[in-house]
Amino acid sequence: MTTSLRRAAVLGGNRIPFARQFGAYAEASNQDMLTAALDGLVARYHLGGEQVGEVVAGAVIKHSRDFNLTRESVLGSALSPSTPAYDIQQACGTGLEAAILVSNKIKLGQIESGIAGGVDTSSDAPIAVSEKLRKKLLKVNRAKGAKNQLLALTDLRPTDFGIASPGNTEPRTGLSMGEHMAQTAKTWGITREAQDELAVASHRNLAASYERGFQDDLVTSFKGLAKDANLRPDSSMEKLATLKPAFGKGENATMTAGNSTPLTDGASVVLLGSEEWAAAHGLSVQAWFVDAETAGVDFLHGDEGLLMAPAYAVARLLERNGLALQDFDYYEIHEAFASTVLATLKAWEDEDFCKNRLGRTEALGSIDRTKLNVNGSSLAAGHPFAATGGRIVASLAKQLHEKGPGSRGLISICAAGGLGVVAILEGA
Amino acid sequence: MAFDYGKFVQGGIGKQLATALGLPRPTRLRRHDPKGSLVPGAVYVTGHGDAKVAHRVSAWLERAGVPIATSPSTSVAALVLDMSEIETPADLETLRAAVAPTLKTIQPTGRVIVIGRPVEEATSVAQGAARRAIEGIVRSIGKEMRAGGTANTVLVADGAEDAVEAPLRFLLSGRSAYVDAQVFHVATPVAPVEDPSDWAKPLEGKVAVVTGAARGIGAAIADVLARDGATVVCVDIPAAGGPLVEVANRLGGSALQLDVTADDAGAKIVEHTVSRHGGFDIVVHNAGITRDKLLVNMDADRWDSVLQVNLLSILRMNEALVPAINDGGHIVNVASIAGIAGNRGQTNYGASKAGVIGMTSLLAADPTIVAKGITVNAVAPGFIETEMTAKVPLATREIGRLMNSISQGGLPIDVAETIGFFSWDASRGVTGNTVRVCGQMMMGA
Ligand SMILES: NC(=O)c1ccc[n+]([C@@H]2O[C@H](COP(=O)([O-])OP(=O)(O)OC[C@H]3O[C@@H](n4cnc5c(N)ncnc54)[C@H](O)[C@@H]3O)[C@@H](O)[C@H]2O)c1
Repeated sequence: MTTSLRRAAVLGGNRIPFARQFGAYAEASNQDMLTAALDGLVARYHLGGEQVGEVVAGAVIKHSRDFNLTRESVLGSALSPSTPAYDIQQACGTGLEAAILVSNKIKLGQIESGIAGGVDTSSDAPIAVSEKLRKKLLKVNRAKGAKNQLLALTDLRPTDFGIASPGNTEPRTGLSMGEHMAQTAKTWGITREAQDELAVASHRNLAASYERGFQDDLVTSFKGLAKDANLRPDSSMEKLATLKPAFGKGENATMTAGNSTPLTDGASVVLLGSEEWAAAHGLSVQAWFVDAETAGVDFLHGDEGLLMAPAYAVARLLERNGLALQDFDYYEIHEAFASTVLATLKAWEDEDFCKNRLGRTEALGSIDRTKLNVNGSSLAAGHPFAATGGRIVASLAKQLHEKGPGSRGLISICAAGGLGVVAILEGA
Repeated sequence: MAFDYGKFVQGGIGKQLATALGLPRPTRLRRHDPKGSLVPGAVYVTGHGDAKVAHRVSAWLERAGVPIATSPSTSVAALVLDMSEIETPADLETLRAAVAPTLKTIQPTGRVIVIGRPVEEATSVAQGAARRAIEGIVRSIGKEMRAGGTANTVLVADGAEDAVEAPLRFLLSGRSAYVDAQVFHVATPVAPVEDPSDWAKPLEGKVAVVTGAARGIGAAIADVLARDGATVVCVDIPAAGGPLVEVANRLGGSALQLDVTADDAGAKIVEHTVSRHGGFDIVVHNAGITRDKLLVNMDADRWDSVLQVNLLSILRMNEALVPAINDGGHIVNVASIAGIAGNRGQTNYGASKAGVIGMTSLLAADPTIVAKGITVNAVAPGFIETEMTAKVPLATREIGRLMNSISQGGLPIDVAETIGFFSWDASRGVTGNTVRVCGQMMMGA
């Protein structure tokens, strides 16, 4: 069978405002939040009772009971219960990867429409018992008869009772993501000032986007929260300068709570579809989902930074599409940390890096910084891991639609495990 | 929990106390039941002279399967009295003779509906006086009726008899539960009067836009319009998005987050309805706010924000909505009793709501509107039980509840039902009206 590919359209999106850990969504589960994000999308695009081709979403931190999180959320939403769904997980790349999967199926003609998304809670996180205790408890469970069970119980020691709550530490290095990033920031000589500047711009841009009503059809209030709780419209270099470093040591300790993303709760979803499906539903195409690429870097044995994978993925994506780094109207580089964005930009400007690591003949070059994260990014909005991709795709698609047909946008998202997920959208 | 007088006097000690002290005990009002009958008993139809309008009404009731009575009895639930042919105040004796015995036996939540002719069309001074007298009589009857009964007047312009059925249907039904002592003006229809194929779904196939739909009266309007068959576009500010989504999804409509005061609000509504729903037939301007302060302390900000949201936004949005609304459609504005009677601390609100009433009658007569066959009407709610009024201090709230002929506050659905009636294509003879949904509140009456 030969199949000619058709185009996949980004039709719109919805997210709930992102809350700070233990804030407005302290009592909300991943399922609550993902359902709310879906319901907002359904209402905005009049999809009540509609059977959508597929819903793909995920969470980075998940309870074991949430094995079918996305399907359960669909069942609790206003979508038709006959809408299929599945979960994925690719750390902070989850949301964007979900959009790639949905768009690919649309391009192949396997589905007409789909919803991609992600959700994460740092407040309602699962708590695991210590590994020792878990093994002993399983043994108790296996033992036959009350007597044997009691016997197995006597095996428990007070020191077994530890609680392991998941943090964002790399399993193989034991280092937090911030500590990893501090190393990379040092390698690339990223200054505190440059990071703070990026953070201030993020807050100002996001605040301005709310101000001009840009977020009116991207965000739906939830549990009384109408805007991202982390947003500080009055953020300034002076205020950020007062913050103490949170990661790194000595004069290299440039990363603070102000230029790093805080732990956040939230959910986002994006509606994608074929051109025909969009027309039949009276929806205008915001952008075309052109192409995507993922990369992994060896941060363990090699000397690459944990969050540098997008630099590689973008190089490959540009190559495949015959584009230069400068051929874009907007750049969405996820601000895991301000230094992540700055290190990535520096790497692309660096001839040595581009030649030796990316295998190019010359540097990718620099970008026009006024085109970067024009509606704010994770430093201002917050970063509920799996929800960031959906936030970016929906907002970039809308921005490109405003710019007009043929405009181009680049998305770059770094993820734990040395992963990077990147994509190109084109305005419609 | 807040003290609720109405519930308190329904049973136990409260009931004994109320009876002993002669305090009013509110009746449970008859409200619209989509599966129920139009009227719970017979309709006694009579009139003065040839009573030509009454004959039409009888024929219509017969077709609608409603039992008709020719004299008052305990099986009568409503009286329709055709006084359209009176010449002098002496003819009013017909009214006295018909209504007096009816009031003795009429069922609870009864209806007295008197049909007259517009005073302006009177051919003699005596006839004008007689016609106007009807309003005074009906208002007094409203105050004398017990057990949740209401009395209303329908004034039919000469030649507009075809359009009288819709207001009669509304007034006879439970939809008009809290509408009391009102005058409905029926004129030559702006577009052909069209009955729905099914009166259980009078708005089938219609698309309606409701502003301020996230809660309160707006949410009830959305519910009623959807129940009656319309697809509802629910509009509210982004901060109310969560509740707005709940309303939109429970009734299978869509949600549109915007501030009605934004310059492009009208254009955005048009864009949304045209692309998602292929256009719209009904617009309900319900979004409203209060910012109370005595005038001596009223700053420009409070003044302006209330006028912006309650009045100026409607004028601005209509510039985009009027050209786009489907021909034969309906615009309904939400005014307030405060716009009729005024209210201490509400000069800004009173101004905005009185402005809405003025706008309603002028827009209804606008040549573009008339050419498109659009009706424009307003409701003026009295005391309605919402989150807004739940915040009013207890004593004031109880006074609000009891200062009317039905001895209770109205419900958001009562306002919504009246708006639903204005939105029927059968109601095309009713335009430029402001109808109070107030249980004949004493304020401004
Ligand atoms: N409750 C009463 O007794 C009563 C009496 C008379 C008139 N009214 C009128 O009825 C209407 C509804 O009143 P309610 O009691 O339901 O009030 P409410 O405050 O419960 O609801 C009003 C809704 O309008 C929305 N709204 C406010 N400003 C808006 C804006 N700029 N853009 C979009 N939406 C906006 C609000 O978010 C809210 O959802 C108002 O016009 C009010 O003046 C109410």
